[in-house]
Amino acid sequence: MNNRNRMRAARKRRALVNKILVYCALILIAIVCAGPFLWMLATSFKSGQNIYDLTLIPTNPTLSNYTGVIEFMNIPKYILNTVIITFSSILLDVVCSALCAYALACMDFKGKNFITAALLMAMIVPAAAGMIINYLIIINVHLLNTYAGAVLPGAVKVFSIILLRQAYMAIPKDLIEAAKIDGASDLRIWGKIMMPSIMPTISTVIIFDFISKWNEFLWPIIVLQDPAKYPLATALQYLNGSFNYKFGYIAAGTIISIVPVILVFVICQKNYVEAVSGAVKG
Amino acid sequence: MKIKTRQTLKAYLFMAPALILLILFVFVPIFGSLPLMFFDYSVLGKTKFVGFDNFIELFGDREFRIALLNSILFVVVVPVIQILSILLALLVNRKMHGMTLFRTLFYIPVVTSMVAVSIIWGFLFDANGVINTALMDLGLIKMPLGFLNDGKTAMLCVMFITVWQGLGYYMMLYLAGLQSVPQELEEAAWVDGANRLQSLIKIKIPMLKPYIWFCSLNSVISAISVFDVVYVLTQGGPNNATVVINYYSYVKAFKDFEFGYAAAVGAVQAVITTIMSIIVFVYGKQGGGMTYSE
Repeated sequence: MNNRNRMRAARKRRALVNKILVYCALILIAIVCAGPFLWMLATSFKSGQNIYDLTLIPTNPTLSNYTGVIEFMNIPKYILNTVIITFSSILLDVVCSALCAYALACMDFKGKNFITAALLMAMIVPAAAGMIINYLIIINVHLLNTYAGAVLPGAVKVFSIILLRQAYMAIPKDLIEAAKIDGASDLRIWGKIMMPSIMPTISTVIIFDFISKWNEFLWPIIVLQDPAKYPLATALQYLNGSFNYKFGYIAAGTIISIVPVILVFVICQKNYVEAVSGAVKG
Repeated sequence: MKIKTRQTLKAYLFMAPALILLILFVFVPIFGSLPLMFFDYSVLGKTKFVGFDNFIELFGDREFRIALLNSILFVVVVPVIQILSILLALLVNRKMHGMTLFRTLFYIPVVTSMVAVSIIWGFLFDANGVINTALMDLGLIKMPLGFLNDGKTAMLCVMFITVWQGLGYYMMLYLAGLQSVPQELEEAAWVDGANRLQSLIKIKIPMLKPYIWFCSLNSVISAISVFDVVYVLTQGGPNNATVVINYYSYVKAFKDFEFGYAAAVGAVQAVITTIMSIIVFVYGKQGGGMTYSE
């Protein structure tokens, strides 16, 4: 009896030690992953000379970097640019992809296999390969230095079409048949029955698009010649390249640029993570 | 027959908006860069056909050779990321208080823009930056380390940031894989007296194989096309130490405006990507040494 108690106590102790070790490892890795962001956050509230300090809690916290960079860089203007580019990309992607995926999933037509295969092929080819030709096309259709030029090339994503197609295919066919017998048109079926049933997938597409478009910086540099039209990430890169002595401003600008994305991710992470993990099985 | 034709017409109307945009900005560019590499393309002047001249020029281009070697060297990050993220997935695959919070924290670098990430690490790696200050305070070094300004360490820094940013993404995928391991299988192994290491090697890793295959393939493709971090942090410097093939292609296209030559560089990149993908694919399909335990 005594022996068994001692064994149980030993096992308990081992489990506790194990648990503590796991937490130590987790905290250490969390410092490596999130530490740089926290340090940047702290730095954005520091003033003047102590900017390179390791301290995470600034001694005299100040908002001057934020007010400074907002004035110096006209941050609201860049946020507006980012919002215009990000949201028109999302709208285009959701509407075009949802229409296209509906035809691929629920309609019977000539060339269906060919189009599906072509789309899957396009997903494998690296996007960067086409950047030169995209640039030449944008010049030729006179969209250089316009928001449309920044938005159109990357707006519709094959990935979204495939994702939505899978979602449509999971909806029972009887539902469509019943609506057809009732005399509903395809467009009506799409808008009234299909779209509401795939809302979870639509929101996944929106989250993916939001994160990738908000962070995009290279294509805007190439297409937009006027820095006043830059989105935030591009403008930040520009600020970092040209005024890298203004550490505090850059720190504040960086924080402003990453907060929306981190917020969206934290709020929608369940949905997002499921879609990322689902990509392997698909 | 008539109904079928009408159906087809209707289907294409539904697909038209997406297909027009995709043809114009995805398919035309994919096929358009094929002929481009055989031309001396000029935006303002005359464009002329030059045959294989661009490729012949590539052979003699010292900077291109450095970029090519750097890109191949860069693939070293793939096994590092994969092994670390499998270990990380094993670590977070437990039911413990606060685990969701930790997973979120590990994932934050993935969703943050490379511009922000590079700016932050640029600060940290600076000669007066936090890392140098800390190392000097600890008495480990006397002079600040150059990190990004030193040809020997700049590439290591770029690789480190790539690993750091990619870890969370692959961790999440492997976590999904681990969670698809049937509970009964593990319990059966417990009953048979398997210890933790045995159940890892005999059960979990084999079940993870499709994930390892998918992640490695993804990782190889993105390693060869690494661009953002180089662009923001080092611009290929110092002294071409971090110039990679994708960056070189960009410089040729949008700094020097030699579109034909840049397309030729891009073609070499596509060939390397394909070869590496095939290696991973064949290796993975054979069920060979894709697992890190072997």
